[in-house]
Amino acid sequence: MQRKAWYKYLLSLPPMAYLLIFFAAPTFLMLFATFRYAGEYGGLAPWYLQEGGRLTMDLTLENWQRLVESDIYLRLFLKSIGYAVATTLICMIMGYPLALMIARSGRKHRDLLLLLVILPFWSNFLVRIYAWMIIFSPVGALTRMLNGLLDLIGAAPVTLMYSPTAMLVCLVYVHLPFMVLPLYANLEKHDFDLLDAAQDLGAGKWRRFWLITWPLSLPGITAGSILVFIPVLGMFAIPDLLGGTNGIMIGNVIKQQFMESRDWPFGSVLSMVLTVTAVAVVLLGSRLGARREGR
Amino acid sequence: MEITALLEIVDVSRHFDDFVALDKVSLHIEAGEFFTLLGPSGCGKTTLLRLIAGFDQPDSGDILLDGKSITSAPPEQRPLHTIFQNYALFPHMTVAENIGFPLRMAGCAKKDIQARVAEALENVRLPDKARHYPDALSGGQKQRIAIARALVNRPRLLLLDEPLSALDAKLREQMQIELINLQKDIGITFIYVTHDQGEALALSHRIAVMDQGRIVQVDVPERLYGFPNSRFVADFIGKCNLLEGHVREQQGDSVTVELDGLGVVHICRSETKCVAGSRCALTLRPEKIRLATTVSPTEDESHFSGSVHDMLYLGDVTVYIVALANGLLLEALLANSASGRTNFFEVGDPVEVAWSCDAGHLVLG
Repeated sequence: MQRKAWYKYLLSLPPMAYLLIFFAAPTFLMLFATFRYAGEYGGLAPWYLQEGGRLTMDLTLENWQRLVESDIYLRLFLKSIGYAVATTLICMIMGYPLALMIARSGRKHRDLLLLLVILPFWSNFLVRIYAWMIIFSPVGALTRMLNGLLDLIGAAPVTLMYSPTAMLVCLVYVHLPFMVLPLYANLEKHDFDLLDAAQDLGAGKWRRFWLITWPLSLPGITAGSILVFIPVLGMFAIPDLLGGTNGIMIGNVIKQQFMESRDWPFGSVLSMVLTVTAVAVVLLGSRLGARREGR
Repeated sequence: MEITALLEIVDVSRHFDDFVALDKVSLHIEAGEFFTLLGPSGCGKTTLLRLIAGFDQPDSGDILLDGKSITSAPPEQRPLHTIFQNYALFPHMTVAENIGFPLRMAGCAKKDIQARVAEALENVRLPDKARHYPDALSGGQKQRIAIARALVNRPRLLLLDEPLSALDAKLREQMQIELINLQKDIGITFIYVTHDQGEALALSHRIAVMDQGRIVQVDVPERLYGFPNSRFVADFIGKCNLLEGHVREQQGDSVTVELDGLGVVHICRSETKCVAGSRCALTLRPEKIRLATTVSPTEDESHFSGSVHDMLYLGDVTVYIVALANGLLLEALLANSASGRTNFFEVGDPVEVAWSCDAGHLVLG
């Protein structure tokens, strides 16, 4: 028994070390950075020798004060959460029937359908977003067709590019597989006897869905929602390319702090808030999933 | 006077592509019966059960409950419930919610449901399990909860699909006794599917033996065991020696048969109508064969000599495989009743076998 436990620790050592060095340590460094001053040319203000020869640095709460001084950052966070919630909900509504359909189709079709779901991963993420830029462009076929139709009914023309609609369409497009795959993995394991039993005991098809399939798929929904919500919350590439000036999300501001503004301490503050929000959502989600499962 | 059975199955057929799962099956099941569908896997018994439950539709034929066709009614509208092989308890609902499910579907008031769930839990002697989840129950407890759930809204019929197959041998016997008593107490008709002939004999009022989509014989357990109508039934139910031969002559209920390689035997009180010259087999249960060093046969007995070819010590009995003169192997039993004595014979010992003229039963063909 002792030997077995020893092996287990040995096996988990490399991934543990990896996470410790490349995730836990930087997170703490970043937390520390939120209390420091920015360096003159980016980075952090350096350590210096105090009188008497002690190596020291200056610490401050200024960065955190800046976060709460104006509501601009709160609004940015809320907007990002709004996009994340909307994307998650749309992915759920569109992904659930798809996952259910794949899970209930025959073995032969199932593999093909799954392949189609992951097919977009075969091309580069940025290339796919550029493709959406072409589709949404004011001189693109989609916009012109839409405006042609709007013109027929006498409505004013619209621009799709740099609109919240364009952002949402693209966010959903990119993240839909992350909802479908865990949902499929869950639904595929459902025992058909349970549905037969429910029907046998008097449940029609809607009640079979809402009382059996839906509650049993909650762990899949939770997993899928977390996988969609968290990357969308911190997303910067899609708002950069499709969002325009009004479309920026918190991810863009963080990127700005580290790149253009060269204010690492304040960028760290925003990052920490984002990380804490994400962790809170995961905890809430798994708690909710566990309770609904009845454990 | 018209007598309608509770459940009538009329000429029901079901094909899956080229495979004939059921071929013109007809059955009458009476109210209050414990009726068993017995057969090897693939014989169509589960298909028939699914047709009765409504999960599947017959290609032709009709199913009538109380004289009214239910063939086209969906399962949720049939006043009958199924116990599934794996119990199919809803894992995300408590025991009480599971049992209350059919009542909830029927739109009963919350108070009613509570009272009837409590009563159902009392009946299966698990009153303290109401708030547990199915995962926390043992196999036997799951079984009882599944039964409580299926019986809580008093169906006309209960269909049981190999419900004991997941239990270990000891628990299975205990559950068999519980099932018999339960069925007797509540009086609801049970239709029970199993491939285990011992279970079928122990539980049922009547048994339908099925093979390749047809019903071979329907009878009470004693008649099925004692008077099988075919080699298949004789072989499938219990252990049976089949001695091949042909009919010499029949006079009333006594038949003379020439067994291949053994000679002439006499059979009395035969129930089989046969024609001289036709092929037949004498079915002989191992426990009806007398085995001794010298059997000293009575006038009514046939006897042959041979030697012990193999033996199996089973504790309560020892099975002897006896090689007869023509090389035919005959299975016989000796109860190990004498204290301390486990072996009466060794492999290779010369022995004699004898059976009385009414011990065997003839099957034709």
